[in-house]
Order: sequence, then structure tokens, then C-alpha cells
Amino acid sequence: MLLTTKNLGITFGGLKAVNEVDFEVERGTVAAIIGPNGAGKSTFFNLISGFHKPTTGTVTLDGEDLTNLPAHKTVRSGMARTFQTTNLFMEDTVLDNLIVGHRVRTKSNIFDAILRTPRLRREEKESRERAMESLAFAGVDRLAERTVGSISQEAQKRVSIALALATEPKILLLDEPAAGVNNEETEGLATLIRKLVEHEYTVCLVEHKMSMVMGLADKIMVLHHGEKIAEGEPKEVASNEAVIEAYLGAEEEDDA
Amino acid sequence: MELFLQQLINGIALGSVYSLAALGLTLVFGVLRIPNLAHGALYMIGAYVTYFALTSYGIPYIVAIGISAAVLALIGVIVERLVFHPLRNAPHTHHLIAAVGVLFFLQSGAQVLWGSEFREMPSPFTGVINIFGLNIGQQRLVVIFASILVMAALYWFLKKTVPGQTIEAIEQDRTGASLVGIDANRVSMMTFAISAALAAVAASLVAPINLVFPTMGEALNLKVFAIIILGGLGSIPGAIVGGFALALAEVFSSTYVSNAFSEAIGFLFLLVVLAVRPTGLFSKGA
Amino acid sequence: MDALGRHWKKIALAVIFVISLFVPFFVQNNYFLGVIILGYIWAIATYGLNILLGYTGQLSLGHAGFFGIGAYTVGVLTVGYEFPFWPSLLIAVIASSVLGFLIGIFALRTRNEYFAIFTLGVGFVIYLVIERWEGLTGGALGLIGVPYPEGIGPIQFDGPGSLYYLILGFLILTIYIAWSIANSLVGRSFMAIRNSEELAAATGINVGRAKQLAFAISTGVAGLAGGLYATYIGFLGPAIVNVPTTFEILLYLLVGGMGSLSGPLVGAFLVTTLFQFLQQFEAYRLVILGPLVVIIIIFFPKGLAGLWHAAETRIRKRMNKNPAPDESSESAKEEAR
Repeated sequence: MLLTTKNLGITFGGLKAVNEVDFEVERGTVAAIIGPNGAGKSTFFNLISGFHKPTTGTVTLDGEDLTNLPAHKTVRSGMARTFQTTNLFMEDTVLDNLIVGHRVRTKSNIFDAILRTPRLRREEKESRERAMESLAFAGVDRLAERTVGSISQEAQKRVSIALALATEPKILLLDEPAAGVNNEETEGLATLIRKLVEHEYTVCLVEHKMSMVMGLADKIMVLHHGEKIAEGEPKEVASNEAVIEAYLGAEEEDDA
Repeated sequence: MELFLQQLINGIALGSVYSLAALGLTLVFGVLRIPNLAHGALYMIGAYVTYFALTSYGIPYIVAIGISAAVLALIGVIVERLVFHPLRNAPHTHHLIAAVGVLFFLQSGAQVLWGSEFREMPSPFTGVINIFGLNIGQQRLVVIFASILVMAALYWFLKKTVPGQTIEAIEQDRTGASLVGIDANRVSMMTFAISAALAAVAASLVAPINLVFPTMGEALNLKVFAIIILGGLGSIPGAIVGGFALALAEVFSSTYVSNAFSEAIGFLFLLVVLAVRPTGLFSKGA
Repeated sequence: MDALGRHWKKIALAVIFVISLFVPFFVQNNYFLGVIILGYIWAIATYGLNILLGYTGQLSLGHAGFFGIGAYTVGVLTVGYEFPFWPSLLIAVIASSVLGFLIGIFALRTRNEYFAIFTLGVGFVIYLVIERWEGLTGGALGLIGVPYPEGIGPIQFDGPGSLYYLILGFLILTIYIAWSIANSLVGRSFMAIRNSEELAAATGINVGRAKQLAFAISTGVAGLAGGLYATYIGFLGPAIVNVPTTFEILLYLLVGGMGSLSGPLVGAFLVTTLFQFLQQFEAYRLVILGPLVVIIIIFFPKGLAGLWHAAETRIRKRMNKNPAPDESSESAKEEAR
């Protein structure tokens, strides 16, 4: 197992936003986390990636315990994530947004910068190359010199995946990678995720679009009110009664 | 003991002024997320308006305070429309910088128009009342009672009137409020108007005890920020409690420790609190 | 086209540099030379603020306090303890930087408005300490007779002319440091934080430590400017440490352009010299400046550097008659979406 959580949970003001979730992702697979709005999916991501400190349980990545590490240290250990809103710097070029992605693998400090040491030059070059490789992988290298604000929503999603790739991760956590893009583009992004797995990356995604998840994930976990209510292959989950009920119930709540 | 009680009354009077000024600042922050660094300058202008209404036009003190509050409410609306409204989607640093611009303008404008000399504001309440052997200046009692009255009125306005409730609604839940059709523009202007009016009342009440001069808002500006941070940015009870707490701390430390220390105490306390709790003492969540 | 553009910049820089070298020869009037020297000193202080605010996106309102720490360290050591100037300046820079680092531990636990107000409080407390600690700082009367720097080898610092070169040297050093930070992975980390702290953390940047580093550099540079100010002016009063000085430095940065390399120099130099030559309007200075600040932040938040950049892009586009077909079709496609 590459990623394992045991009893992972967090309480916000007495409310169990995520309640003792056991979850595993096998190396080289795509795992998906689904659930109705407010099910705790993003909170679960925040727990794994160190943005929230869990109240219970543990997170292990590739045998290393990451439970109480801050976000930037989980990245160093091989965890990379994207956000629902890409948060990229709109006025800068795609390439300039990407170069910093490799920072976590570099060592040069302020004195290297001022003295322009060979180490700094080498690492700058590496970072640039890594950025271009990642962009090429994500299929957006030809947009490298464009400003982020001038490229399409789908391209921005690809750029943010490329940024995650630039950190040399073992696992990519993608938070709703297809939010706000049309069906055709969603298919394109699904292809990119398959390509990631072919290249021995591991992917874990939170997604709202059931269609995308069904054709993509090797394994699905369903969260509802912070609890795991089902887990298994897409087919199993789709026919699980608790899941159907949760989704229908949520729709009724939405309607009300 | 006598000195203690005397200073207690002084502290309460000063605290009422701090609370009034802090209430205005915290309202603007709570509703609009704007840390209005120009608040102290509005306070200063408020004192001048009362001063000139009193001395140049012979308007009675209490009426003059009312006029000053109205004028400042108008200035508040103008500032909101011209400065902060265009910046409503800008990063927070831009709000702060714009507020500094307003501060520059008002403070130096006052200097150019009215000179930098210290002016004494005449008040009809010059007598001294003797209560249980304590000599208490009438003006101090006026400050305390007027402040309580204004705070009660503010409370009534926010809780019991429709426009007041819209302010509270936005403060508590911006998106929810816009969903139920509250006009955010109107609330913005109203909040600034009330905030500036409160500053004017505070300044006009304290001016007969202290003096009127262009930089009179400078130290107060920092103090009210200390107060609302301690009380939790946006918290109304926090502003009141914080105002009295700071005033009492200042008055007693100047009596029993030293003057210089009393000036710094608010800031030292502020720094310590923020170092321990980065979002203030009584903040609602992080 | 690009190559020409780049050359233009280098040529322009070279011209400005040569002019700056000859300034003392054609500015014979010591008063005017003094105005220029002060402009340089404030530019250095503004570069300090730019590293924190312009690159890292954190607004410190305590900058004058650290300028004051630098100035008074030099003042107290040279006047009170008859220390030589050079070690005093070194101590001043280290002291303000270390103090910034230590205060940063607490200050940077706060965010956004809280950070601005926390640093405002820090600045004010520094001012109060300097004003009230009469035995050390001379209190409201200040310190008189801060000496000129000792000569280095054959070079003597005995008047505005030689001090001009000294301070120009430090200005160039500061600009170099700012440039080298901006064009390095360190600077990229700062800018990533300015853009989004969340995304920066998610790309593995230690946000807290990077901000603290930016703060320490920023206060160290402010301290350097303060130390130079002390020796050049020779007199120190507490007013220079007070909050309005921070606001003025902020104004220089705002006019020049936050986050740009030329902004601090252009803004500080332009505004301070303008002030000096409009001295008869001294009283109206801030009456005009206040609205100017508001107008800049609403309409030109990137200052003169931003305007220049926009103009440059427009000219480049106009000169670029035949855009690459690929790019134009791409942008057409983008627009269609």
C-alpha cells in the first residue's frame, strides 16, 4: 500500500467532520473519494496533506508516518495536491508559476542567491527543466510563455496538475480536477490521469462528477457526514444501497 | 482609597470614549473587513466640527455634538463611496494603504485649515460635583452618561430596527445576507456613517477634558486598534470590554507606575496577546 | 525584437549608472546634492519594504521602527560610546535584522490585517522606547554629532561629495541584493506566498520560515538605511522613527510600484526630491499626497513600474506586426470560450 489512513478523524467545534476513516491506496492505481456536498471529502484531503491536524488516527505514505507533519513537509515526503480553485498567479506566465514547484527538491538559500553560487545556477536550471517536463507531460508546454489568466479553464487545471508533478510526488491528490470544465474537456483530463498512472504515479481524487469517476477509478470510497459508508470497485459502489440512499437523501436536502 | 476611586471614575470616563471610538472601528471591520486606519482622523475632524459649532456659531454643546455626528456620518459615506467601495474586491493590503491615504489627507487638511495649535473646547459642564467626598468633574459624568446613552441607542438600532438588523446579518453571514436580498451597498454606507458618527461623538465628549489639535487622533488610532484586536476584530461586546480594560490599565499604571509606561501598556499588552493568540482574545474561530 | 528590448534596458541602465557617477561634478550646490543623497537613503529603506510587501505580500507598518533601530544603534555607539562608524554600522544592520527575525517569530503567527496592525504596534513601541529612554537615546532632544565614517585607505569621507559615493555604493549593493533575491528560487518562494499561501504550502514551501526570512532581510535593509541616515545627517531625533515615516516609505513604494525592481528607487527618489523642490508647499504636501495614494491604489496599484510595463507591452505589440499564426489562432480560440 502506498497511502494508508487509520482511524483518521477531525472534530470542529464538537462536530465530527471526518470520523475515524480507514482508507488505503495501492501504488499505481486511481482511487476516488465521492460523496454528497459537505460529506467531508475536502476535509479528508486536508487531513492527509497536512493542512489540518487530525484529532484521531494516522496517515502513512510509503511506510513513512506523516500524521502530524505540516503541509510543506508532506510535500517533501512525496504528497502533492491541487485545489478546487487552482490558485495560480494569473498575471504571471505559466512557466513562472511552475518553476517554484521544484523548490522543495532544492537546497539553495539566500546566500546562494546573493553570491550566485554554482549550486544556485544548477538548481535553477533543474527547476526550469523540471517545469518544462511537467508541462509537456500535462500537454500544455506550448502555453509556457502565456500568462495563466489568458489560457482556458481546462488548461489551468492541467497547469495545476503540472505544478503538482514538478514537486516529484509519489502520489497526487486532485481536488475536483474537472470542476468547471465541459464534458469533452473532462474526458481530456481523465486521459491525463490515466497517463499519470501509466507512468507509475498514484492518484487519489475527490470528484463530484460520477461519470468521470466510474470510468477512471480502480477503487472508490464513499463519504457521508464524515463517515465511510462504502468502499470498493466502481460497480460495487454504484449498486450499494447505502450509497444510493445517501445521494438521494442529499438531493432531497438540496431541494428543500 | 480616595485616589483609587477618583482614578476609577477617570478610567471609566476614558473607557467610555475609547469604547465609543472602538465600536465604530469594529463595526466597519466586522461588516466590511476594512481595517480603517483613518478612524483616528475622523475622530479628530469630529472634535473640530463640534469646536467650531460651539465657538463660531454659539450652538449649545449637546446640539453641536449632534451636528458633528451628522457631518461626520456624511464624511463617512463619502469616504466609503470614493475610496473603499472601488476597492471592495482588492487585496487587504490595498484597504490599509488607501486608509493611510485618507489619514494623510484629513490630518494634514486639518493642519492647513486650522493650524496645528492646541485649542481648548469650552463646555457648559465645568462644575465639580462632590459625591461621598470625591470631587468629580461634571464633564466626566457627562462623558460617562452620554456614552452609555449612545451605546444603548446603538444596541437598540442593531437589534430592534430593520436597517440595523441588515448590518448584523451581513456581519454574520455575507453570502447568506446577499441571498435574502440585502443591499450590500446601502449597508456599507450606513456602517461607515455610523462608525464616523460614533468617532465624532467620542471625540466631542472628551475634547473639553483634553484639547483639540490635528494629531489628536494619532495615538487614539493605535489604541482603538489595540482594543478591537484584543476584543476580537468585529466583536461589539469585545470593543466595549476592551475599551474599558485599556482605559483602566492606562489610568492606574500612570497613577501607580509611570506616565511613559501607561502610554505603552496598551501596545505591550496587544503585542503579548497577539503573540499568544494571533487572532485576538475573543475572536470567533480562527 | 526581444533582443533589442533587452539591450535597451542594459543601455539605459549603463547610462543611468554613468550619470549617477558624475552627479557630484555637475551638482556643485551642496543643498541639491544633499537632496539626492537623502533620496538614495530612502530608496534603500524602500527596497527593504519591497522585499516584504512587494515580493512576499506582507504589509509591515513597523518599518520606520527598524530604520530607527539602525539609526540609533549607529548614533548611540558612535556618540555615546565613541565606537568607530564601520563596526557600528555592521552592528546596526545585524541588530535590526536579528530583532526583525525574533519579532517575526511572533508577528508572523498573525496574518493579513493582524500582521499589519501587530507591526504597527511594534513600530510604535520602538518609537516610545527611543523617545523615552533619555539616558541612552537623548529622548526628545535626540543625539547630536554622529560622525562621518572613517576613511578607508586613501578615501576620506569628509563631505557631501565623498558621502555621495559611499551611499550610492550601498544603494547599488541593495539593488543588487534585491535583484538577486527576485531572480532566485528564494525570491520565487516569496512570490508564491504573495500569490497564495495555501498553494505555496502545497508546493512544499515552508511558508512560515520564508516569511520570517523576508521579514529579517527587510528589517536589516531598513537598519542599513537608518545607519547611513545617522551618519549623513549627523543628528537623530525620535520623530524620524515614528509611524508617519513608515507611511512615507510606503508611499514611495506605492508610487514606484510594489514588487518591481526599479519601483523603490524611482518612487523614493521622485517623491523625496519633489518634496524638497516644493518646499514652499510643505504644508500642503500631505493634503495632495493623501488623495494621490488613494488614486494610485485604486487605479494604478502597480505604480509607475506598472504603467511603464503596460506601455512597453503595448509598444512591443504594435511593433510586432506579424504575430505568429499559431499564437493568434490560439488566442482567438481562447476568446471564443
